[in-house]
Amino acid sequence: MIRRKANNILRLLSLGAVALLTGCSSKMVLLDPKGPVGAHEKTLILASIGIMMIVVIPVFFMTFYFAWKYRASNKEATYAPKWSHSGKIEFVVWLVPTVIVAVLGYLVWTDTHDLSPYKPLVSGQKPINVEAVAMDWKWLFIYPDQHIATVNQLEFPANVPVNFRITSDTVMTSFFIPRLGSQIYAMAGMQTRDSLLATEPGTYVGRNCQFSGRGFSNMQFDAIATSSQKFRNWVTKIKQSENTLGISALKKLEKPSRDNPVSYYSSVSPHLFDYIIHKYKGGGTATMTANAVQKKPHA
Amino acid sequence: MLGKLTLSAIPYENPIIMGAVAFTLMIAAFVLGTITYYGKWGYLWKEWLTSVDHKKIGVMYIILALVMLLRGFADAIMMRAQQAFSFGASHGYLPAHHFDQVFTAHGTIMIFFMAMPFLVGLMNIAVPLQIGARDVAFPFMNSVSLWLTVVSAMLVMVSLGVGEFSQAGWTGYPPLSELHFSPGTGVDYWIWSIQISGIGTLLTGINFLITILRMRAPGMTLMKMPVFTWTALCTSILIILAFPALTATLAMLTLDRYLGMHFFTNALGGNMMMYTNLLWIWGHPEVYILILPAFGVFSEVVATFSGKRLFGYTSMVYATMAIAFLSFTVWLHHFFTMGAGPNVNAFFGITTMIIAVPTGVKIFNWLFTMYRGRVRMNSAMYYTLGFIVTFVIGGVTGVVLAIPPADFVLHNSLFLVAHFHNMLIPGALFGYFAGYTYWFPKAFGFRLNEKWGKRGFWGWMIGFYVAFMPLYVLGFMGMPRRMVHYNNPAWHPYLQVAAIGAVIVLFGIICQIIQLVVTVKERAETRDLIGDPWNGRTLEWSTSSPAPFYNFAHVPVVDDLDAFTDMKEKGIAYERPKEYHDIHMPKNTGVGFVIGVLAFVFGFAMIWHIWWMAGVSALGIVISIIVRATTEDVDYYVPAAEVERIENQRFSQLGSVSTVDVGEQGDWEVAAPA
Repeated sequence: MIRRKANNILRLLSLGAVALLTGCSSKMVLLDPKGPVGAHEKTLILASIGIMMIVVIPVFFMTFYFAWKYRASNKEATYAPKWSHSGKIEFVVWLVPTVIVAVLGYLVWTDTHDLSPYKPLVSGQKPINVEAVAMDWKWLFIYPDQHIATVNQLEFPANVPVNFRITSDTVMTSFFIPRLGSQIYAMAGMQTRDSLLATEPGTYVGRNCQFSGRGFSNMQFDAIATSSQKFRNWVTKIKQSENTLGISALKKLEKPSRDNPVSYYSSVSPHLFDYIIHKYKGGGTATMTANAVQKKPHA
Repeated sequence: MLGKLTLSAIPYENPIIMGAVAFTLMIAAFVLGTITYYGKWGYLWKEWLTSVDHKKIGVMYIILALVMLLRGFADAIMMRAQQAFSFGASHGYLPAHHFDQVFTAHGTIMIFFMAMPFLVGLMNIAVPLQIGARDVAFPFMNSVSLWLTVVSAMLVMVSLGVGEFSQAGWTGYPPLSELHFSPGTGVDYWIWSIQISGIGTLLTGINFLITILRMRAPGMTLMKMPVFTWTALCTSILIILAFPALTATLAMLTLDRYLGMHFFTNALGGNMMMYTNLLWIWGHPEVYILILPAFGVFSEVVATFSGKRLFGYTSMVYATMAIAFLSFTVWLHHFFTMGAGPNVNAFFGITTMIIAVPTGVKIFNWLFTMYRGRVRMNSAMYYTLGFIVTFVIGGVTGVVLAIPPADFVLHNSLFLVAHFHNMLIPGALFGYFAGYTYWFPKAFGFRLNEKWGKRGFWGWMIGFYVAFMPLYVLGFMGMPRRMVHYNNPAWHPYLQVAAIGAVIVLFGIICQIIQLVVTVKERAETRDLIGDPWNGRTLEWSTSSPAPFYNFAHVPVVDDLDAFTDMKEKGIAYERPKEYHDIHMPKNTGVGFVIGVLAFVFGFAMIWHIWWMAGVSALGIVISIIVRATTEDVDYYVPAAEVERIENQRFSQLGSVSTVDVGEQGDWEVAAPA
């Protein structure tokens, strides 16, 4: 009886494991990262699961073995109805999890510092700066150094760190490119940071992964890692675009919309990102004039 | 006159909602019709609705939990179906507007109106009996708690047909839940239903804390308390400390929405991060409020069905207390990605992992309780073993999520959804099902059908794996939670498998319904004549099944941790007392029910801005409380002769039994009553 059921469970678990392994192809984006942040995070996940097997495997084994060996019909097995304490066992069951947690705790301390999204990635290359703004339901990317902006498309050279300043022009959202690693919340009136790098050119999905209302599902963008040369060409191409992004264009863009096509802005009002943050700090709805945009907030 | 309420609030045009409404109304009409047909209204009112008996209140809580489990599960299977179909060109059958309500309702219902009533119901049935008390400390307040919970669940049900439910997720994060982004009544339904039930829960916490601290039988020191009572004590403490935070947080959100304040808005100094912190300062302890009593059930079940003392009782108690304490130190792990610095994140990551230590100890203690035992495989034991192996997997993924950088890629994903279902289905729900199976005979006097119980277990167990293991994989594939539609072809097969899992769980639930029907039909065969169907170890098994309304003719005296096993060994378990005394008992009262109904009207009026009605019902509640507080006729004495009559019946019943037949689990001798 028990053995049959044990088999059932084991079969299910092995099916799960097979599914995991066969899925380990490129579809498992977190297990096939394209940047150092994601790679480090993948290692952490797998290492911690591995360490915890020290507890999990004995628990599995003991559950089935004890339930089988000490089944009521097995009168051969020792029966000690009063036995309820053993200093040695207690010592081991407190010690083993404690040691595992101590090891993992050490990893948490060091790696949380190493992988802080606020810590700009170090590289020989001069980083690209991008200001990302979550809107209903699309992403605006401002390139402050190139003075251009895009909607739902983020292009950057591979092997160059990209330093993000992130805010929201709507509800709380979360900026995430799964292949590259570390998500971070975007919140109105506030700025968060992230620093990512792609080691391979390619087009990766980026998206908001914090539920944000009706258009949430398709609030995604293409994150395109490319060569430095192609990136420069891309910037040049955008600079020829007709649209420019000032306060009035921003107001139009802020209106809720779904499945926004990719669009380009050849120039951006200076400090527009700070303006978007600042408008929630002052008088509520955006009543500022274009002049106010020039003033840098204390953020 | 009716505030924002007009006929257009009823979504006539939506066939799915109207179908659900019609179905719900049909069931309600059937139940009410049956009661009328059999002329049971008087009985229902006198024996149940006005009851202050903790056992009946417990039963009503569990009925509510089971009904809401069906509702919550209906939401679950709708979500699974939507995601199984809504890929690429197909957009499924639910628009975002509806899907968002479904997942919000699922979470809200499962936490507040399934899990909470279930565990409070089990506490009500078992705790006073386990500590040898005749009722809880405040029986009337207990009735108020029940009815506040019931009417809050009814508010959620009403939102189905009148207006809409919240679309902001069960955690209701602002600014999405603020008026600007959620102008409808949905969020208001969500606020008032959990606000009112939260007050009921707080009263329950106070009630059980006092009951356990003040009303234990003589000799039952704290360290001789059954483990379930210990977990109930810790849960009560957590409720008292955590729920006021929820109440205050919701009150602030209410002020934002109703009076245009700016606690959590985007602009004018509002700060949503404050809400996130406050919500989880309640929300994380809430997880342990849900899980600790289930741990208590597993401890009782594993000791009883192994025929052995619980291994490492002292460790178990300290582990429970440690978990309760630590549960207040980890709330930030729900939002590592909000931008806190590495010191803060690492601190909360480590405290979270530390919780795994006492939890791991508990797992090993349950295992070593089976070691050198005589394990009887009752379905309650199936749930326990299913829990142990499955919960360990959830523990692993929980520790992974406790590593902030790992959480940076797994947060908000289906991996997270799989993780917390992996904790709450085996960890909490399996425990409640085990408790339901274990204490059912104590509440009704006959056992649940085992065959269908085990089938139900396999439905849940296999269904769980098939439904949630694919979600872990989808998390690694970068799929976020709460998507009404997606375009990634790699996700599609996994979501189809997950939907099959939900169907398997449905089979489990159908088996459980059949189990109940078969049980009632065959109750003559499974009757528990001696009050001790499992060879139990604690005091609840020392009285008859169902327990008399006064629980114990004589308050038992406790010498040992396993008090009843001790009595059986000493041969005094079924000793006939020399004399009986009058017993002091609380009188039934309808005031609790009335307060509940008024709270429902108040909640409904606030949701629809019907201010006069809100005022009148609030006044009604205050008057009810004053009337009750000034009533002196609240108790009575059961005459000794009446007690003797009832007890003699029990002893004549006991005399007819010498062995207990519990089918395949093996029989045991009953010490012949004197």
